Amino acid sequence: METPLILRQQHQRVVTLTLHRPEARNALNTPCLEQLVYLLEHADADTGVGAVVITGAARFFAAGADLHELQQQDLPAALTDRRPSLWQRLAQFSKPLLAAVNGYALGAGCELALACDIVICGESARFGLPEITLGLMPGAGGTQRLIRCVGKSRASQMVLTGEAITAASALQAGLVSEVCVDALTLERTQQIAERISLQAPLALRAAKQALKQAEETGLSQGLAIERQQFVTLAATDDRREGIAAFFEKRTPNYQGR
Amino acid sequence: MDNALILTHLEAGVLTLTLNRPDRLNSFNDEMHRQLSEALTLAERDDKVRCLLITGAGRGFCAGQDLNDRNVSVEQQAPDLGLSVERFYNPLIRRLTTLPKPVVCAVNGVAAGAGAALALACDIVIAADNANFIQSFCRLGLVPDSGGSWFLPRLAGHARAMGMAMLGDKISAQQTLAWGMIWQVVAADELASTSQTLAQHLATQPTYGLGLIKKALYSSANNTLDQQLDLERDLQRLGGRSDDYREGVSAFFAKRPPSFSGK
Repeated sequence: METPLILRQQHQRVVTLTLHRPEARNALNTPCLEQLVYLLEHADADTGVGAVVITGAARFFAAGADLHELQQQDLPAALTDRRPSLWQRLAQFSKPLLAAVNGYALGAGCELALACDIVICGESARFGLPEITLGLMPGAGGTQRLIRCVGKSRASQMVLTGEAITAASALQAGLVSEVCVDALTLERTQQIAERISLQAPLALRAAKQALKQAEETGLSQGLAIERQQFVTLAATDDRREGIAAFFEKRTPNYQGR
Repeated sequence: MDNALILTHLEAGVLTLTLNRPDRLNSFNDEMHRQLSEALTLAERDDKVRCLLITGAGRGFCAGQDLNDRNVSVEQQAPDLGLSVERFYNPLIRRLTTLPKPVVCAVNGVAAGAGAALALACDIVIAADNANFIQSFCRLGLVPDSGGSWFLPRLAGHARAMGMAMLGDKISAQQTLAWGMIWQVVAADELASTSQTLAQHLATQPTYGLGLIKKALYSSANNTLDQQLDLERDLQRLGGRSDDYREGVSAFFAKRPPSFSGK
């Protein structure tokens, strides 16, 4: 592979992917996104991986897409752009995906955080979709995922003014689930990821799918899907192991079957 | 530089910033703000700076905003004071309070308006016995800014804060000391040496740990006890990983004076 724009690290069952384009404030250009998707698809297929954490640098999680790329793009090029399919593949990642955000998560960086299942951020974190100030608009889920977690008024204000919000507002709005001291953001996220990674893989997969369905369907259909996922787990060894370990007061030993 | 409105001097880990418009009681204009901002950037980025000391040149500490820049005649449109607060004063106070290094203020004379707020926003305030503090905003129909309305009730209590903010009386250094608003009052001719000695002592201390203390104390203002306990756990975790913690403990057991690196 060409120069790594993303650093990969694994500790037990948790993979940490660090966006690493310091000279471009971790702007997510197409090669960067490609490498990210490549690494995620590998992690998806690897039974040794239980959860993935995406993080950036101290001052920047990711400061948007690459404007030089966008500048050169005309309408035909936009129509055949590979990026939308890359984002789609990223969204299909079937294991728990966590974002550890310090500093700026803007534009595509914010959309990347929104595409993760859990977002933990430091006090310095800022989330924003400044696309509008460039005569653009969010193009990777920003207008859809944001409004579903923070509600209409705040999402519209962010998308239409392009102004970023603080970590405290993001917590209050439900965009992130925890705010911690900057120096501990990644550690705390990895801690959560580790806890997740020790759970039964098939149960995690089914639970994640059920959670994602909540955004796609109405309540009764969602409940039906949930029930279906719930029932399929009945046939797994891990479910028997999980309940048995609970009664025997020991740590379960999951096999992913 | 002849026309420096902020004098900077770095020695023994102490960056001394002197507000230097003595003929105007060191009151702020835009250029002075810009120079102060540059000096703060130095304090933030340079690891050699382990303590910041702020004082004023001449007989005053700081008279707040220079009203010469604020003269408004009837024909003119009202100036947007909020813009000046947003652009200069708020960033200044935010940077001082979040600077992960101790900030000492030597108040050498009158501290009025934003000048008083600037002094009170510093971590340790030492005043000359002839210094005084004036919340002058109320005399002009304005509000204590630069954190004044936040610091006053916290430092002096609600009743005294209201009295100071609404009456705009001159409060002596002794009185502010008695009210617990500042750390120490010394004779005017001892101010420079006392504050230098204190700053130099702080510059030899575990800077990283002092930064964590600052964070803990400022965070307590908007945390519940429960949240603060969690924060203390996190900050202690960080402190426990510092070089200075190791050094402090090993010096303690070896019964020798510690030599802190600030990391």
